[in-house]
Amino acid sequence: MSDPRTAATDPPGYAPVSYLNETWGLKSWLLTLDHKRIAILYLISVSFYFALGGLMAALIRVELATPQGDLVSPDWYNRLFTMHGVMMIFFFLIPAVPGVLGNFLLPLMIGAKDVAFPKLNLLSWYLYNIGALFAFWALLHGGVDTGWTFYTPLSTAYTNTHVIAVGLGIFINGFSSILAGVNFMVTIHRMRAPGQGWFRLPLFVWGMYATSLIQVLGTPVLAITILLLAAERLFHIGVFDPAYGGDPVLFQHFFWFYSHPAVYIMILPAMGVISEIVAAFARKRIFGYKFVAFASVGIATLGFLVWAHHMFVAGISIYAGAVFSILTMFVAVPSAVKVFNWTATLYKGSVLWETPMLYALGFIGVFVIGGLTGTMLATLGLDAHIHDTYFLVAHFHYVMVGSAVMGYLGGIHFWWPKLVGRLYPAFLSKFAAIVVFIGFNVTFFPQFLLGYLGMPRRYHTYPPEFQTLNVMSSAGATILGVGYLIPMLYLLWSLKWGPKASANPWGAVGLEWETTSPPPVHNFATSPVVTTEAYDYAARAARAEVPVGG
Amino acid sequence: MWSNAPLFPPSASELARSVDALFFFALAFSVFFALLIAGLIALFGSKYRRRHPDEIGVPVDDHAPSSKLLELAWTAIPLGLLLILFGWGTWVFFHQMRPPADAVEYWVTGKQWMWKMQHPDGTREINELHVPLGRAVKLKMISEDVIHDFFVPAFRVHVDVLPSRYTTYWFKADKTGTFHLFCGQYCGVEHAYMIGKIVVMEPKDYEQWLAGVRPGRPPLRSGEELFAANACNTCHRPDSSARAPILNGIYGKGVKLTDGKTVTADDEYIRESILNPQAKIVAGFQPVMPTFKGVISEEELLQLVDYVKKLPPPSAGAEGAR
Repeated sequence: MSDPRTAATDPPGYAPVSYLNETWGLKSWLLTLDHKRIAILYLISVSFYFALGGLMAALIRVELATPQGDLVSPDWYNRLFTMHGVMMIFFFLIPAVPGVLGNFLLPLMIGAKDVAFPKLNLLSWYLYNIGALFAFWALLHGGVDTGWTFYTPLSTAYTNTHVIAVGLGIFINGFSSILAGVNFMVTIHRMRAPGQGWFRLPLFVWGMYATSLIQVLGTPVLAITILLLAAERLFHIGVFDPAYGGDPVLFQHFFWFYSHPAVYIMILPAMGVISEIVAAFARKRIFGYKFVAFASVGIATLGFLVWAHHMFVAGISIYAGAVFSILTMFVAVPSAVKVFNWTATLYKGSVLWETPMLYALGFIGVFVIGGLTGTMLATLGLDAHIHDTYFLVAHFHYVMVGSAVMGYLGGIHFWWPKLVGRLYPAFLSKFAAIVVFIGFNVTFFPQFLLGYLGMPRRYHTYPPEFQTLNVMSSAGATILGVGYLIPMLYLLWSLKWGPKASANPWGAVGLEWETTSPPPVHNFATSPVVTTEAYDYAARAARAEVPVGG
Repeated sequence: MWSNAPLFPPSASELARSVDALFFFALAFSVFFALLIAGLIALFGSKYRRRHPDEIGVPVDDHAPSSKLLELAWTAIPLGLLLILFGWGTWVFFHQMRPPADAVEYWVTGKQWMWKMQHPDGTREINELHVPLGRAVKLKMISEDVIHDFFVPAFRVHVDVLPSRYTTYWFKADKTGTFHLFCGQYCGVEHAYMIGKIVVMEPKDYEQWLAGVRPGRPPLRSGEELFAANACNTCHRPDSSARAPILNGIYGKGVKLTDGKTVTADDEYIRESILNPQAKIVAGFQPVMPTFKGVISEEELLQLVDYVKKLPPPSAGAEGAR
C-alpha cells in the first residue's frame, strides 16, 4: 500500500489528511480536545472492557454447561457474574454508544466544530478510565461477589470482597457520565447549525438528548447511594443494615432509582442509531418523526417512575406494586411506538440489506422480544413467578445485549467509513451480522424456558433436568463469541488494507456525510446551513449535486 | 435427552394454574406482535428492496389523516392490551400475596445457607417442608442475616425473606409429590446450595409422618416455656401492673407510647420490643427491660411472638389497670 497522501485514485471525498493524521504522537492523542479523537479513545477503552466482560461471560457459560459446579468454586463463580455485570454495565454499555458514536457524531450532525466543552469532554474520558481502573484493580485482587446490584446487608456486613474499591470505581465513572451528559445537552441546545430547528435534528441527536437527561438527573442518586453504602460498610451508620436499625429494603429503592433509568441510558442511544440506519437504508424520512423523537423523551421521563418493578416480591406493599406495574406498562408504549414507526418506514422505501441494516433489523427483532417479555415481568402475577429467574436474565440480555450491542455494532458499521475513511469486506460483515443474530438467539432464547421452569439466576449449580437447555445456551454463546470476534478482526484489518471510503458511501442524508471521510480537524470546510428536514431524500435527489450513490 | 428435560414446570396449586393462564395470554399477545413485526419487516424489506443504486423511498406525509390514524392505533391498541395484562396480573398477584383466613401458620427462618422450618406442633425440619394436600398453608418468614427468597416453582410464587421483618408466603397444594424449593435472592457464597424440597402428602400420610418424626431435631421449647425461661413473666404478668405492660389481649390493639404516638401491637412491634425494648416505651412505664438481642434466636422469637399473640384477653380489672 502506497502512502495515502500521494495516492492519485482516491474516491471522491476521501481525505488523505484528516483528524486522524494531522498531528502525530501519543501526546497528540492523550491530550486531544478533538471530539473525534476522544471518540476513538473511548472506542479503544470500551472495546477492552467489553472483551474482559465477554471473557467472564464465556467462563460462566462453560461452568453452566454441566449441572455440577466443576469449573470454578462457588465464590469464584459469584465473582465472575458480579464482575461480568459491573464491567459490561458500567464500563461498556453505559459509555459505549454515547462515548464513541455520540462523541464522534453529535457535533458533525449539528454542523458544529466540536462539543460545547472540549476540555470537559477529555476529562470525562479520564474519569471513566480512572473509575474503570479501580474496578480492574479490584478484579485483579479478587473482585467482588455481591452481584452488580450490591444488595444490603449482604454487601455491607456479609462479604469481605472489594465492595468499596468497585463502588469507588463506579462512583468516579458516574462523574464521567454526568459531565458527558451536561456537555451533550449544552452542545445540542447551543451549537446547532443555522436553520437546524429541533424538528430538523437527526433522531440520534434526540436519543442522545434524552440519554443525557437521564445521566444528569439519575447518576447523582447513584453517587449518593454508593457513599451511603460505603459509610454503612465502614462505620455502620444504620441506614441500610437492620442490625443497626436500618431498613432492609431501602437500598433497593435507592439503587433502582438510578439503575432502572440506566437501562434507558443503554438503549436510547442505540434506538437513535437504529433510526439513522433505517432512514439511510430505506432512503426515506422516518415515519412519524415527531412521535419517535417524543418517544425518546417520554421513555426518559417515565423511566424515572418505574424503579420498584424490580421489587414486587421484595416485601413492598402490594398496592405500591400495582402502581409501579401500571407505570411500567405505560413506559412500554413509547417503545412500541418506535418499533411500529421503524417498520412503517420500510413501506415504499428503497430498502438495501447492507451490513448496518442487518444489525438494525436484527435489533428490531430482538428488541420486540425483549420488550414484550419486559411487559410480562411488569405483570405482577407473572413476576411473582419469573422474578430473578433465567426468564429475567434472558429478558434483560435481549434488551441490553441483543438490542443495545446490536445497535452499537450497527452504528459502528454504518459510520466506520466516516470514522476511519476505510471500508470493510461487505460479504464477511454480512455473514458476521447473521452469526451474531443466530448466536444471540440460541444463547438467550433457551433461558426464557429455563426461567419459566424455575431456574434461579446466579446459581453455580442446578438440578440435572435443566441441563439440556443450559447446553444449548452455552453452545449459542460460542457462536455469539465467534460473531463478535469476526468484526473485531476485519475492522482492524480495514484500518490498513480496507478500500478507501468516499464522503458518502451509503448515499445517506445527514451533515456528517457532507464532509470528507475521515473529517478534517474542524469538521467542515465551510459551516453548514440546514435548509431541509432531516432525512429529506426527495430534496436531495432533486438537488442531485452529489449523486446519491456517492 | 428430552425425556429428562421438561419444557414446562409442574404445577401443584390452583394459583399456579391461574399464573399459567395469565402467562399464555401474555404469550399469545407477544407472539402475535412479534410475528406481525417480523412479517412486516420481511414483506416490506423484500417487496421494496432497492432495484437500482439511485433509487429513493417514496416520501410519506406525516400530517396526512391516515398517518395520524396509524399513530393513534398503534399507541392505543397496545396500551389497551397492556392495561388488560395489568388488571389480570394484579388480580392474580393479590390472590398470591393474601393468604385466606383459614390458612395454617408454619414458620420459616432463612439463614446463610439453609432453611429452617417449624410446624404448628413444634416439629422442625431443615431444607424440607412436609405439608398436607388441600390445606391452605401460610409461612411466616424471617431471615437471620441477609435477604433470601422463598421460591417454589410448582407454586409459581417468590417472596423475599428479610432480616428484621416478617413476610408471608402461602399456598394450597393440590397435587402430592416432591417439589423444588430454591433461594430466589442472591445471598452469598453458597446461594446455589440453599435449596430444598416441599413434600406434599395426603393428609393422613402427613399425620402419620408427623407422628413418626424422630426427634433428631427436638421441637423447640414452646412460647410459654420460653416466656418463663427468659423470666419475661416476672414483670409481664397479669397481677403486676407497675413494672411492665400486661400482654394479655394486646395483640392487634393500639398501644400508646411515652412520646404520645400510638403503634399497633403487631408481630413486628412485639419482635422489636424483645430485641430493642428501649425503642418504643409504653406510656406510663420506665425503660427498665433489658435487650434479648443475641439471647433469643429468630426461631424462638417466632414462638414468643406467637405466644403473646395468643394470650387470652385479660379480665376487666386488669384492663382497667392499663
